Amino acid sequence: MTATMPTTARAPRRAKTKRSNILTIAMIAAAAYFLLPLFWLVVASSKTSADLFSTFGLWFSGDFHLFENIRLTLTHDDGVFLRWLWNTLLYAVAAAGGGALLAALAGYGFAKYRFKGNRTMFMVVLGAVMVPTTALAIPTYLVFSQIGLADTPWAIILPSLVNPFGLFLMRVYAESAVPDSLLEAARIDGASELRIFFQVVLRLLAPGFATVLLFALVHTWNNYFLPLIMLNDPELYPITVGLARWQGQAAAAGGASGDLVPLVVTGSLLSIIPLVIAFLFLQRYWQSGLVSGAVKQ
Amino acid sequence: MTATTETAAPAAAAPSTRRPQRTRRNALAGYMFVLPFMIVFLAMFVVPLAYAAYFSLFREQIIGGNVFVGFENYTRAFGDEALWTGIGRVCLFFLIQVPIMLVAALAFALALDTGLTRLARTTRLAIFVPYAVPGVIATLMWGFLYGPDFGPFAQIAEAVGVGVPDFLGPDLMLGSLANIVVWEFTGYNMVILFAALRAVPAELYEAAAVDGAGQWRIAWSIKIPSLKSALVVCMIFSIIGSFQLFNEPQLMQTLAPTVIDNAYTPNLYAYNLAFIGQEYNYAAAVSFVLGLVILVGSYAFMFATNRRSRR
Repeated sequence: MTATMPTTARAPRRAKTKRSNILTIAMIAAAAYFLLPLFWLVVASSKTSADLFSTFGLWFSGDFHLFENIRLTLTHDDGVFLRWLWNTLLYAVAAAGGGALLAALAGYGFAKYRFKGNRTMFMVVLGAVMVPTTALAIPTYLVFSQIGLADTPWAIILPSLVNPFGLFLMRVYAESAVPDSLLEAARIDGASELRIFFQVVLRLLAPGFATVLLFALVHTWNNYFLPLIMLNDPELYPITVGLARWQGQAAAAGGASGDLVPLVVTGSLLSIIPLVIAFLFLQRYWQSGLVSGAVKQ
Repeated sequence: MTATTETAAPAAAAPSTRRPQRTRRNALAGYMFVLPFMIVFLAMFVVPLAYAAYFSLFREQIIGGNVFVGFENYTRAFGDEALWTGIGRVCLFFLIQVPIMLVAALAFALALDTGLTRLARTTRLAIFVPYAVPGVIATLMWGFLYGPDFGPFAQIAEAVGVGVPDFLGPDLMLGSLANIVVWEFTGYNMVILFAALRAVPAELYEAAAVDGAGQWRIAWSIKIPSLKSALVVCMIFSIIGSFQLFNEPQLMQTLAPTVIDNAYTPNLYAYNLAFIGQEYNYAAAVSFVLGLVILVGSYAFMFATNRRSRR
């Protein structure tokens, strides 16, 4: 089909470009698959628990129950869901913000300074992505319980500060985005290295920094394994562990009878909205950041 | 630490044309920037791993506490059928899931890059959006959708009058899990590949078009070869991800406890050994064996791709 159009080449915005219907239909079908569970989630959140089990899953029932479901979710068990939402936000912002700053400092250091062990240290950190999560989480849990940090917010925040992929991205980004001549000029003006970083470099690194921040935010927001093993106190749970707990209780109570099921569904919907919005609004940043990461592998 | 840097730095920077004093100051500043990350890395990564390596050499006994047993935990792990069944299962999972995901991601990226589709921005976002959904929630949603009693697929199958496929049964479970992971990560891989495609210089396509190459030919002969390094990165991440499969089976266990046992995947096995069975020492050995498998797999893959490209 497309082979018959030799002159269209690339140039996506060239006026002459003839669109392909078959390709468009195929892509829309693919998009439908990826949106289907989310559509189901919206539909299911609007149903009473009786309708959830008795009406067709992929369309709304007569009774629009969304706001009542939201109220039930937010007030169940003395509003523990709001507590989980707050915990998730706290862990994600602290870990992602701290982690991105550490990655930016170190990425810039690895990219722009020559010192002994530069390459070795960098490669060791990158090799760390191969370590299975359990291999790390089990000893971290044991160490943390000995020093009394298990079952505290630190148990989630501290391990999440290490972000090897972020370091990689920041180094690649700093190499191309920070001109050496600018650093030399600032040094001749007598600015200290730290001051150069915070007043000149950080601004140049902003798109890469936003990418790392966003992906670290998602990573911590979505983290399940670490809080699952570290936390016992439901007051400290993030949303992922909390919802899994509700789901477990609902399943234990027997699938069809649980009044918790609408809460699991509505809670899921509420918890993905912030991230989806963040990705939509920060598109320009994370896409340009990923381009620079993908170019120089 | 600073004492060693002062003497070491000039040697490292010898080829530089700058004055030694400046490079020495530079090296110091370099350490200063890298230090905070490296301290956290040391404390949160190296120390726990070293500790795990140490206590994987012990065995906890009811009488006498921890006893040094050398590599006994490792010999046990290498002969542990439950562990190797799990490793075999994640291998199979990898062989089903990763090709589907990467071929789909590649196809979507290439299709979007032709600029021939309408609504390209919207479809790209729609395909990517599952990445922003926590794995826990993805599994909960698909778990409901798969449900044999009131899941929509079962409802449709019943309305049409065909048998309801048992998505959560022993035969289809691995495929059902693979579908969840495909759903979560295809868009992420697509965005990486798409970003790499955007970086290919447009002159290459123009030259090919002048030579009369069609879109298929351009995709096959120019675009896919130029994606090689991005594809290798996607592949390595996929190897690591599939061998560490945990969240999805752990949550599915509540829906299908008879299908997913405690050793369904190696990570699930290590988790259950440690936190249900309190066998920390053996769990550490099991997760190191898994790490070794991942390392061997990743290096074998990189070795294979390097050899092929040299030929």
